[in-house]
Amino acid sequence: MHELALSQAIVDTAIRHAEGRRVTSVQMRIGTLRQVVPDSLAFYFEIVSRDTVCEGADLEHELVTALLECRDCGETWDPAPPPIATRGAELLPLGSVPTFRCPSCGTGGEVLRGGEFWVESITVENEEDACIAPR
Amino acid sequence: MHRTKVKVAEDALDANETIARANRDDFDRASVRVVNLMSAPGAGKTSLLERALADLDGVRAGVLEGDVQGSADADRIAALHVPVTQLNTDPSFGGECHLDANMVRSAIPSLPLDHIDLLVIENVGNLVCPAEFRVGEDARVMVASVAEGEDKPLKYPLMFRTCELVLINKVDLLPHLDFDLDRFLYNLDAVNPDVARMKLSARTGEGVDEWRSWLARLPDRVAAAV
Repeated sequence: MHELALSQAIVDTAIRHAEGRRVTSVQMRIGTLRQVVPDSLAFYFEIVSRDTVCEGADLEHELVTALLECRDCGETWDPAPPPIATRGAELLPLGSVPTFRCPSCGTGGEVLRGGEFWVESITVENEEDACIAPR
Repeated sequence: MHRTKVKVAEDALDANETIARANRDDFDRASVRVVNLMSAPGAGKTSLLERALADLDGVRAGVLEGDVQGSADADRIAALHVPVTQLNTDPSFGGECHLDANMVRSAIPSLPLDHIDLLVIENVGNLVCPAEFRVGEDARVMVASVAEGEDKPLKYPLMFRTCELVLINKVDLLPHLDFDLDRFLYNLDAVNPDVARMKLSARTGEGVDEWRSWLARLPDRVAAAV
């Protein structure tokens, strides 16, 4: 839903680092805990990059799987998107509902990975290779 | 055609974080504590503010209302003689579905920071986007109404995780709904284990004293944590 604002932020970051050079691709690292739909992001990126050095650039992304670390016992685990419990179902034991509670001791966890919305790098064309018309 | 890979290694939302920190500095300079109040549309943010802000034990409150259009919420707060500013995201900001740090910064000149101790920023009704954008707040609070269903924490984990207090509103409706409160609390604890929560009804006033007290003591709690 907010991919428009997010893609504008990506374009702004890329433009700043491109220093006037044309950008051919942007490499992102996106954590699975972020509420980002990559296709939607690419859609808005194409729109907001028009008339900038990012126009026509590919938006590439690597998904980073979430990893939490228990504050008490140090256990690490991937919370994963939980299924929706159906009405009337028995309360599922903790291990069956992917969760932000430690599977070993039930304490909450710190996020080690999965919250990234990172512009890792951009690929630019070198200025000195600008096309020269053949004589 | 030669291409070069340029290392960037930046959070794409750095710009928003920078402005959020600038907002925070302005609020700190004026000794104003700030709450970012979020929820789905219609969960009861404005109603809970109407209930709480009438009397805050001498703590002076102000409100920044965020909505796509109109001043309906600001009008309600103004009727309490609480200073309030309405921020519309449409047209100036393209009809955004959330407040970001830049929008809040634009409203700061119109806020009477020298005359208030507590600012409540009532965000645009939305369970998704506001969670992603810090605006310079000290605390994040969300309202989940029992009419929305017990699966919401599982569907919107970021919003439920990013808040330090969850206000479970409209409990007066429980006799008329199939809402399973135990299931809701189980789901809530799955995504934000042991987060503070209160059960309230803005309509009947049930539980509102605790909410009012939480707001009134926020300035002291923030000062003690510094």
